[in-house]
Amino acid sequence: MKPGRILPIAAALVLGASVSAQAATIQISMENLEIMPAQVSAKVGDTIEWSNKDVFAHTATARDGDFDVMLPPKKTGTLVVKKAGTFEYYCRFHPNMKATLTVAP
Amino acid sequence: MFIRLSAAIAAISLLSGAAFAQGAKPTDPQIAHIAYTAGQIDIAAAKQALSKASNKDVKTFAQDMVRDHEAVNKQALDLVKKLNVTPQDNDTSKTLSKNAADKLAELAKLNGAAFDKAYIANEVAYHKAVDSALETTLIPSANNAELKSLLQTGLKIFQGHEQHAEHVASELK
Repeated sequence: MKPGRILPIAAALVLGASVSAQAATIQISMENLEIMPAQVSAKVGDTIEWSNKDVFAHTATARDGDFDVMLPPKKTGTLVVKKAGTFEYYCRFHPNMKATLTVAP
Repeated sequence: MFIRLSAAIAAISLLSGAAFAQGAKPTDPQIAHIAYTAGQIDIAAAKQALSKASNKDVKTFAQDMVRDHEAVNKQALDLVKKLNVTPQDNDTSKTLSKNAADKLAELAKLNGAAFDKAYIANEVAYHKAVDSALETTLIPSANNAELKSLLQTGLKIFQGHEQHAEHVASELK
């Protein structure tokens, strides 16, 4: 690789880093069969990180089918939100676990 | 219907009443044994269903039972180890196991839609009985805070199973 090519790559990395620094990571926990907080607001481009603290497998599944994130026991799962709107979601295995994600443009 | 109902009533009275008559509260080692046994029973029933059931929703339900009850029982084993408690066999556990063995044998004779219906009906009744025993006897009797908390989590998850079983049962009709 020629030295001249390194600069654009470095610039892209820096730019990429600065873009992702603007997007927030929003943390939601699943513990004792509850989603906390149950109401969360985010913006398009943000990352939602669900942290499953239970010994049970959970999912974060949108009612309208927009997303379905598997959350094995004691693991986290993420989703980068791409669409604005209000998303009701639940756990497919434990449907009493319900929450709402509101995404602003 | 009569058999199912009477089985449910028998299970409830065994868990919450007769076995602990005369005001004798189960001890923590007994509670741990009962809770663990109850879980193993449902796992065995679910495994039978996974090999025999024909309906997709019934199979999914059975998979959920194996996954959740194995998780609860693993946690129960970890807890008794941590607390250095040896689960103690008792009349309630014995009766539960005996009834469960009879039920497995009874269901083994059924096939297809008849099996699906009978399995789910029993799951509804069984979870009702276990939830009731947890609420009225096991949770109030538990001394250790961690055991109590595990039973409470169990109750929450099993109430969900009861609802799920009822939903599947209503779809089968």
